[in-house]
Amino acid sequence: MKILVCIKQVPDTTEIKIDPVTKTLVREGVPAIMNPDDKGGLEFALQLKDRFGAEVTVVTMGIPAAEIILREAFAMGADRAILLTDRKLGGADTLATSKALAGVARKLEWDLIIAGRQAIDGDTAQVGPEISEHLGIPQISYVAGLEYDEAAKKFTVTKETEDGYQVLEFQGKALLTCLASAVKPRYMSVGGIVDAYGKEVEVWGADRIDVPETELGLKGSPTKVVKSFTKELKAPGQIHEVDAEAAVELIVAKLKEKHII
Amino acid sequence: MDFNLNKTQELFRQMIREFAEKEVKPLAAEIDEQERFPQETVEKMARLGIFGIPVPKQYGGAGGDNIMYSIAVEELSRCCATTGVVVSAHTSLCMSPILQFGTEEQKMKYVPKLASGEWIGAFGLTEPNAGTDAAGQQTTAVPVGDEWVINGNKIFITNAGHADVYIVIAMTDKSLGTKGISAFIVEATTPGFAVGKKELKMGIRGSATAELIFTNCRIPKENLLGKVGEGFKIAMMTLDGGRIGIASQALGIAQGALDETVKYTKERKQFGKAIAKFQNTQFQMADLKTKIEAARLLVRSAAFKEDEHVANPRVNFSADAAMAKLYAAEVAMEVTTKCVQFHGGYGYTREYPVERMMRDAKITEIYEGTSEVQRMVIAGKLFGKIK
Repeated sequence: MKILVCIKQVPDTTEIKIDPVTKTLVREGVPAIMNPDDKGGLEFALQLKDRFGAEVTVVTMGIPAAEIILREAFAMGADRAILLTDRKLGGADTLATSKALAGVARKLEWDLIIAGRQAIDGDTAQVGPEISEHLGIPQISYVAGLEYDEAAKKFTVTKETEDGYQVLEFQGKALLTCLASAVKPRYMSVGGIVDAYGKEVEVWGADRIDVPETELGLKGSPTKVVKSFTKELKAPGQIHEVDAEAAVELIVAKLKEKHII
Repeated sequence: MDFNLNKTQELFRQMIREFAEKEVKPLAAEIDEQERFPQETVEKMARLGIFGIPVPKQYGGAGGDNIMYSIAVEELSRCCATTGVVVSAHTSLCMSPILQFGTEEQKMKYVPKLASGEWIGAFGLTEPNAGTDAAGQQTTAVPVGDEWVINGNKIFITNAGHADVYIVIAMTDKSLGTKGISAFIVEATTPGFAVGKKELKMGIRGSATAELIFTNCRIPKENLLGKVGEGFKIAMMTLDGGRIGIASQALGIAQGALDETVKYTKERKQFGKAIAKFQNTQFQMADLKTKIEAARLLVRSAAFKEDEHVANPRVNFSADAAMAKLYAAEVAMEVTTKCVQFHGGYGYTREYPVERMMRDAKITEIYEGTSEVQRMVIAGKLFGKIK
């Protein structure tokens, strides 16, 4: 089995600061990490490798410094790493990013593509699903569990929904987007760390993928940020003026509706 | 000259910091309170290769260096000094002498199991009447047929009872003084070997410290480490490496206390403002930070020298290790004492970790050579032979 895992380097912060002038994230002074959902996706891939002997390739699109998360992936157990980096790719929105990553996928052999659900710097949850659309393969998002039946070559996926879970089965190629909360990613091993910088990170430019330049980077990005602001919390709630007994019934009914009880 | 960690060491520091924060820190107060060996953490560390950091790959290790090993002990001790010393005693005091003085057969037999963490290691030198004066060994080893027969007691042995392999120093010919001392590898399952009373300690209370009892303990001839009569030299050279481990532990304790205190003094308000805003706090903390950085440079430099020694055994790092350990231990004691003071009454309670850190710091001035022994080593190097 060959698995392609898409990972992204993101600023490690829960308090994202936005530059009021450029409307972009302030990255200075914030440590950069592997996006948590992507790390969860890599863990799913490595668990398949542990059990069935898969070959795991990680790919990231980003600045040259994003190499460090590929080294981290090596130290966790990835076999091959590709850094897609080019000035022509700068300023990409989710569409241009997904086209570039789909371009990488077309150049590789794989049976399964795994991505994180969303990145903590953008929270769009679009890139993974878009890649699957470009490649014309099925997608399952919000993956919280993954099993594989080697004899039947069949995957069983637990997909998280707002109300609970769906259990889906599939055979053949697909793209999954994974949840960080579903799995505890392994630490880098000491031996893996010692070897990580001895391995080759393949550096690909935009010329390595057959995607027209007009569809890449800023040029290929229809998204324009007009205004960025911190949204204020508004929870209107519902007001029911009823007696205690009716209130209990109402609350129980609501909880049942949400499948909480 | 470059004071920065290289990329591999930096990636390692990132991993071990995260591991310590997430896996070690939550248990630190509990294992101290219960005086319990952190077995679950030991198993996690084994899986990651933390018990074989500076061990060549051909012996099942990670193939890392002593700077990485030092960083590991520092970062673990920053959260829990007990966990730090488990790794330090295992690595520096048991695996290292086997790698340095063992035969190829001994290395192949013991190191892979130790490096993987399947086996834990320990070292027995100290006796009731041979502490700082290590030459006064009373434990004896006598050759009988194809075996050595060991009799005697060792005390204050770190990892005792949890270790599978012990390096044991014993007298083989009393008439020769320190030249009559030899080193042996003893497996915990050997008949005649027993673990005695566990010490109740002031600090590092999760670390198992106990007595070893040898009663006609017969080990095979081939378990002699090095040559007959080399035991004292082996012990002293082993302690050189061990001191870097303990210096790293002290450094980690100091850093941990400082980090806790920065956090606390920014939150704690008195006279209407955070106590971190008072110049007295700022100046004292600035001094502590400076001392910790000075200690870190000494520790890193000693670990660097040890790596040079591994490549070229003629490089001697005894005084470097002694200076690092002396300074880092005294800084740890000063920093933790002052950090308790910054915490006021709360600092004296077990609600905050600085109380534990202060108790833990004290041992770093005592074991693997007291601060006075370190001064003897440093002065010996400084003066050479005085007529």
